[in-house]
Amino acid sequence: MKLDILMVGVGGQGTVLSSNIVCDVALAAGYDVKKSEIHGMAQRGGSVVTHIRIGETVASPTIPLKSADIVVSFERMEFLRYSEYISDNTTLILNTQMILPPSVADGAAEYPQSKIDSVKSRFSKVYEIDAISKAMELGNQKIAGMVVLGILAKSVPFGKGEWEQAIKDRVPPKTIELNLKAFDTGYNY
Amino acid sequence: MKKVLSGNEAFARAAYEAGVGVVSSYPGTPSTEITENVSHYKEIYTEWATNEKVGLEVAIGASLGGKRSMSCMKHVGLNVAADPLMTLSYTGVNAGLVVIVADDPNMYSSQNEQDSRHFARFGKVPMFEPCDSQEAKQFTKDGFSLSEEYCTPVLVRSTTRISHVQTIVELEDRVEAPKLAPENNIPKWVMIPANARKRHRFVENRLELLTELAEGGKYNKIAMRDKKIGVVCSGVAYTYVREAMPEASTLKLDLAWPLPMKKIAQFAASVDKLYVVEELDKFYETEIKAQGIKVETLERDVCGELSVDAVRELFGVPPVEADVDTTLPFRPPNMCPGCSHRGIFYAISRLKLFVTGDIGCYTLGLLPPLQAINTTVCMGASIGMAHGLDKATDDMSKKSVAVIGDSTFLHTGINSLVNTVYNQGHSTVIILDNTITGMTGHQPNAGSGKDIHGNPMPKIDFAAICKAVGVKEENIRVIDPFDIVNAMEVLKEETSKPEPSVIITNKPCIFADRSVIEEPYFIHEDKCSGCRVCTKLGCPAIAWDASKRVALIDENLCTGCHLCIKVCKFGAIEQRSK
Ligand SMILES: Cc1ncc(C[n+]2csc(CCOP(=O)(O)OP(=O)(O)O)c2C)c(N)n1
Ligand code: SF4
Ligand code: SF4
Repeated sequence: MKLDILMVGVGGQGTVLSSNIVCDVALAAGYDVKKSEIHGMAQRGGSVVTHIRIGETVASPTIPLKSADIVVSFERMEFLRYSEYISDNTTLILNTQMILPPSVADGAAEYPQSKIDSVKSRFSKVYEIDAISKAMELGNQKIAGMVVLGILAKSVPFGKGEWEQAIKDRVPPKTIELNLKAFDTGYNY
Repeated sequence: MKKVLSGNEAFARAAYEAGVGVVSSYPGTPSTEITENVSHYKEIYTEWATNEKVGLEVAIGASLGGKRSMSCMKHVGLNVAADPLMTLSYTGVNAGLVVIVADDPNMYSSQNEQDSRHFARFGKVPMFEPCDSQEAKQFTKDGFSLSEEYCTPVLVRSTTRISHVQTIVELEDRVEAPKLAPENNIPKWVMIPANARKRHRFVENRLELLTELAEGGKYNKIAMRDKKIGVVCSGVAYTYVREAMPEASTLKLDLAWPLPMKKIAQFAASVDKLYVVEELDKFYETEIKAQGIKVETLERDVCGELSVDAVRELFGVPPVEADVDTTLPFRPPNMCPGCSHRGIFYAISRLKLFVTGDIGCYTLGLLPPLQAINTTVCMGASIGMAHGLDKATDDMSKKSVAVIGDSTFLHTGINSLVNTVYNQGHSTVIILDNTITGMTGHQPNAGSGKDIHGNPMPKIDFAAICKAVGVKEENIRVIDPFDIVNAMEVLKEETSKPEPSVIITNKPCIFADRSVIEEPYFIHEDKCSGCRVCTKLGCPAIAWDASKRVALIDENLCTGCHLCIKVCKFGAIEQRSK
């Protein structure tokens, strides 16, 4: 088995928790796993990228070009920055939430919607979800990441129970139920 | 038990398992989380030191006192701690002492890309180089025993791709280190020339013994595969080589210093072609070539980091055609909404002052629209440079200021301020006291009134320090950085004085005190004239609606800092009521 997952988003979106859970699940399933994160500076709002690599043995902590199996984009345009990782067989999991880059917010540049549409067509499979709305329906915007994780879980060969256990181990005890509900929403999407 | 740990968590775990008693460090990406994680082990006394030199000296004292100790820093931190390190090499240790130094190839968050391996050779001390979290833990633990066995400080080199990478680690229990009495041994610990001459001889002998260790069977293993290609490599570069060229034979250097030259020669003789794949400087390559061993030439860039693809390319695999879109709108780092640095920087930029800058979140004042940083060299440099600028020119002191954060002022700013006062400078220094070390992820410092665990501590009084070193009381001005009009007034007054002045800002980082966060503001579309003055503040919460030609506030981002209402002349900005 080889599973290379690239998770991209914007600082403050909570990608760290999601990627930690993926690592726990891979370990529990008996695989080798490495995760590499560049989180830059303390402030929010920058691009963040996490490489997760799962297999019998994993050497490099970063994914070679054109060989991501799954790209998870927590923000609508962020995957565009990493298109060099797309292979002929890459799945895209896309949260359609928009977070405007400063130059777009400032009116100096446009949000690259047409590029999103064209690069999206290069993926072999695309799952799109408005995770923020789904999370708000469940009562808390902060669990949007868990909805996205649910979709990812459906696309990879690990048991649902392992995911649920990893979530229970990682989230604050009081929020377990809510997080599991959000995960289910994604899983059954 | 197995767990997925980051390199930094693994380094901390090593300290725990090795029975370490004292850890003193200064934060710096990518090393910061090592000490933060150590602080969660209640068995270990952990502190944030005022700078890396102090941190290492505390560790030396703890070792002298009989406890295993550790100090962790980023690569440039070791420049600051180099002075004690160089002579600590001579004294050696009592209880084991490990220094972890984290390099930052590609400079994800650093001002230079220096290669710390040179420090091992320079200081004649051993240096480990782990390739993943398991080795990070194992080598650090080994480092403590080795430190005691050979009477030497031990360096462990990390890089961003070790510190911030998570891999599987086998956890072990803590074993209390053997109890050692505090050492009182004048010939060993008092480095006057007569003693130091003998210790230098000791250092040279120790290096020979360490070379024997490096040549032995425990470290630096040769793995013979295809004999056509042999690669000497270490750290994360080893993992790239294994993936890029699984057939190649390897000599993995666990110890970056001293090098096992006999083993390397033997490896060279057993393969057709010998290559060296290392990140940053040609450190191994230069040393190996100096021994007369033939090393094949690779067109490797010494700038930036390696990767599987980069290694493949070095060995002639045509590069993957990757279409990187460079026209996408960037997400540059920016000061947070509500950051206490924004108002004062707006004032500085309005007055068009020349700014000798320093390192911290305020360095982001460089970016448009504020554009109010003209220099950044190293921590503490702002004050000394402002003084040099003053002495070299007729009137620059009237048109310039030094800006320095609270943590940076305590790190290496105080001595420069003493220098300015002593040498009768005229410069104006702004201490941006946001009560925390923001840039590295909000660590408390001596000005925070809190220790690493959040317990109350004595709080350093910046105004009192300035007064004590001789800045006149009337030239020390404590101001609210959000009050732009007053800030401009004070800046004009202080820069015009032919004496040293210090302006101290008094509002916290939004992460230091969450109680400053208030209800968000919003903009009345009908009252907004479209003048765009609020967008010149560079607050990430303020956007511009090009079609309606009005400004708007993202209420999810706004922290209610009141800054923008001070620049809006049309009363268009209003706070939401609770
Ligand atoms: C010698 C050295 N040690 C550590 C660092 C890492 N570092 C960068 S900025 C900074 C401190 C910033 O704190 P402060 O001066 O209080 O400014 P703030 O970020 O809070 O605005 C540190 C520790 C460094 N660049 N150089
Ligand atoms: S972390 Fe604090 S100091 Fe840094 S930009 Fe944000 S508010 Fe300002
Ligand atoms: S929008 Fe105004 S009040 Fe809100 S954080 Fe930005 S400057 Fe402060």
